[in-house]
Amino acid sequence: MLEIFGLLAQGFTVALQPFNLMLIIIGCAVGLFIGAMPGLGSVNGVAILLPLTFLVPPEGAIIFLAAIYYGAMYGGAVSSIMLGIPGASTAVATTFDGRPLAKQGMADKALTTAAMASFVGGTISVILFTFFAPPLAHVALTFGAPEEFALMMLAFATFVGLGGDDLAKTIFSICVGLVLAAVGLDIMSGAPRLVFGDITGFLHGINFLVLAIGIYGIGEMLWTVEENAKAGGKSMLSEAVLTWERTKTNLKEFLGTWKVAVMGSFLGYFVGILPAAGATPGALMAYGFGKQMSKTPEKFGKGAIEGVTAPEAANNAASTGSMLPMLTLGIPGSPTTAILLGGMVIWGLEPGPRLFTSNPDFVWGLIASLYAANLFAVILNILFIPAFIWVLKMPFTILAPLILTLCLVGGYAPTQDMHDVWLMLLFGIVGYLMRKLDYPVAPAVLAIVLGPLAEPALRQSLLISSGDPSIFFTRPYSGPIMVVALILLFLPALAPIYRRLRGGNSGKAPTGGTAE
Amino acid sequence: MTVRTAELLMGLALAVLSAYFMWKSAELPIGWVPDVGPGGGAWPFWLSAVMLGSCIWVLVNWVRRVGPVATNEDPLFEPGIFLPVFMVGAALTICIALIGGIGVGGFEGIGFYGALPLFLLFYLKVMGNHSWLTAIGLAVLIPVITFLFFEIMLKITLPKGMTEPLFLPIYAFFYGL
Repeated sequence: MLEIFGLLAQGFTVALQPFNLMLIIIGCAVGLFIGAMPGLGSVNGVAILLPLTFLVPPEGAIIFLAAIYYGAMYGGAVSSIMLGIPGASTAVATTFDGRPLAKQGMADKALTTAAMASFVGGTISVILFTFFAPPLAHVALTFGAPEEFALMMLAFATFVGLGGDDLAKTIFSICVGLVLAAVGLDIMSGAPRLVFGDITGFLHGINFLVLAIGIYGIGEMLWTVEENAKAGGKSMLSEAVLTWERTKTNLKEFLGTWKVAVMGSFLGYFVGILPAAGATPGALMAYGFGKQMSKTPEKFGKGAIEGVTAPEAANNAASTGSMLPMLTLGIPGSPTTAILLGGMVIWGLEPGPRLFTSNPDFVWGLIASLYAANLFAVILNILFIPAFIWVLKMPFTILAPLILTLCLVGGYAPTQDMHDVWLMLLFGIVGYLMRKLDYPVAPAVLAIVLGPLAEPALRQSLLISSGDPSIFFTRPYSGPIMVVALILLFLPALAPIYRRLRGGNSGKAPTGGTAE
Repeated sequence: MTVRTAELLMGLALAVLSAYFMWKSAELPIGWVPDVGPGGGAWPFWLSAVMLGSCIWVLVNWVRRVGPVATNEDPLFEPGIFLPVFMVGAALTICIALIGGIGVGGFEGIGFYGALPLFLLFYLKVMGNHSWLTAIGLAVLIPVITFLFFEIMLKITLPKGMTEPLFLPIYAFFYGL
């Protein structure tokens, strides 16, 4: 326990260095703006801006990106409330009550509540993170190749079992990501592999950023072009009245919802740890629970401030939760953390529990920076509400070319090869079309990051056991993990059978928030 | 084209892609290699096989009309939606082709700073219908900021193609060469 405080203090000496502090503040501000733009969330921001970090030391790079991640989670609420369009899928539940509040002329109340709830969610989850991470990393230190592979199976199995998307398409998405990651040179024999059309550009493999920026940059822009064309360019921006007096009452009213905020934070954190679950379902579940906890559930959907508090606390807590498996196990808990993990590899770090001993400055600097980022994000958020509203007034036809410019640079920078820019465009267009047909894209991004780690883990395990797959089931940690993974994998197949056995009366879904 | 038709075409295209991946993976050993473990092609081969399987599953669902996409007879693009999306995609494609050329006729491209202003001008003027002042202003300003930020501050060199000689005086100014 005391040891953790010592390490955390050491982390603060890293996070509070002037340069890193500056990165935290810039990252929070950038993240807030990215989050506030409709259609862009943390994953888009982190994917498009990761190439900027190549020249900063790894501590600075991760601190910057984590601050963007945090800022974007705060900012997502802004367009949910002001436009009624979620700034990112994670802020969907915030529209349910945030939008009605804005329509009633209380946009400022919704915005302040969202910021404060995000702060509570962020703070509680970072504290949980601080105390959960070291013991988990300690256990994970004993993990060998079979355990690593079992954990990755678990990550993919959660997408199949809990993702809620079309099963065949989810499985396709996972496998295509893994196969694309296998392009290049075979890691063991060094032989060229999957060099499509004998194009030399494939020899250096497909950088995960090419896929991530393709899907979350170009694909997302095409998607937003479509959404904008549907809306016909009409602005639905609400007006917000901001005065010091109103802010004080708003803060007081927020304090009245502290129970909901704490509930949302804990719920979000634990849901966030699971890959495939993450911030969006966490926020929706918190909304549902918040409604049950409320004395006036009938107000939900019509502008209840608890309805803003619960999802906003939960989505921020979930973003911290998703960093726990990324940092301790090397398994990302969300697409955004998958990109952070890929970044770590680029910066020359080996993700996983050994980071805690080999790079304590990196790990604890990151954890300490989360405390700082949380504080700066809430301050910047409340101070700059007028600036965010101004951003929302900026025409999309100016924002889009700016973002596309960043995508072009981001696709080129990692490998300095135009081949990858073409590939990024292809992934963007195909990814956009697949998204239109309900193919989930997040599993593919997770898979292309995990692919280069999963394949050697599998091959080493099989080499240890001379080809006997039972090695995954007979070791003390990998056994149970693998069993859970298999259960999750077959959950969608088992659920209907279970329902039939129960006599078909279990059509009721568990508590989940739905739009009213 | 309806969503249902698009689902069929996408399923077929991805199935062909999966089969191609399998065939390409099989260039390396896909079975057990003594003392080496699984061959270099095994991992992508079997994953591509699962991909092919899932495509067939999608196609079976299509035939049996199972799921919201396979039964959706709405047009894939509502009227007036396809054109803007297509124009953005086409503009990007042309922009990337202009940056580095496409290896035809010895054209080595007009570089990032030649193509980007044209792309921006097209987007701002044609897609955004902004005034000439805004369009030209931003089409000049954004590349200049990109240059200062990426090339000078972050030292990320972007391709210049045939415009490379034009940058020599600028480098000389910044680096005092």
